Amino acid sequence: MKAHLTRRYMFSASHRLHSDEMSEEENRVTYGKCNNPYGHGHNYVIGVTVSGPVDDRTGMVCDLVDLDGFVHAHVVERYDHQNLNLLPEFRKQVPTTENLCISIYEIVKRGFSKAHLDKVRIEETMMNSFEYLGENGR
Amino acid sequence: MVYLTRRAEFSAAHYYHNPELTSDENQRLFGKCNNPNGHGHNYTLEVTVKGAVDPTSGFVVDLKQLKDVMSREVLDALDHRFLNKEVPEFFSKIPTTENLAIVIWQRLAPKLTAAQLHRVRVYETADLFVDFYGEA
Repeated sequence: MKAHLTRRYMFSASHRLHSDEMSEEENRVTYGKCNNPYGHGHNYVIGVTVSGPVDDRTGMVCDLVDLDGFVHAHVVERYDHQNLNLLPEFRKQVPTTENLCISIYEIVKRGFSKAHLDKVRIEETMMNSFEYLGENGR
Repeated sequence: MVYLTRRAEFSAAHYYHNPELTSDENQRLFGKCNNPNGHGHNYTLEVTVKGAVDPTSGFVVDLKQLKDVMSREVLDALDHRFLNKEVPEFFSKIPTTENLAIVIWQRLAPKLTAAQLHRVRVYETADLFVDFYGEA
């Protein structure tokens, strides 16, 4: 039987929302406080949902040690205590939580093969959350 | 269609062990969870049902009925129990969160007549939960 397992992880990072394609004024209007030049930070909470048949031998969709190991090594280590704007994926892209969500989805999709990736969810604050289910997702 | 979710909590002990594997294999696969004396969690259960809103009552389902079925079929059987030793489904099945979600679905689905079961979500901790939608 198919089950869907979600694991939560946390990291803290800084960012500034600013697009080179807009004027200073347009940036200020679009991004408001998030456009402040020195940036600001969040405690991001990531939810990674994977799915698959529950293995009779283990009772599991996938070994949590494998999922935790992958996400810690390739996501948490990459983003924790970093300035997102300085990372290669955000040189040309604004590090909104939408774009961060897509980047993390792509990292897990590309590198984690032990279960099917359903979605990545990010809570930027308790009031804001974002989900990405891949290009063909809902 | 409206979805309604009811939350409940229960506390239980369990351990992970597959009798078809050697002690070493069990230890390697399940780590600390293999300790035969067991350990426990405060589980949070979320049961989501779906249905049309009844024009007379304004309800998808009578919440009291849902609460009663959850108490009778799930909480009375699992709360403050050692899952491996006291819950028949886990005499032969490893009580992982995945299997717990499936077993809870199987206990609830036939008893919920007023609304259709949509999802069973079981939180083992705040950072780990499993969803089961009745998929084969």
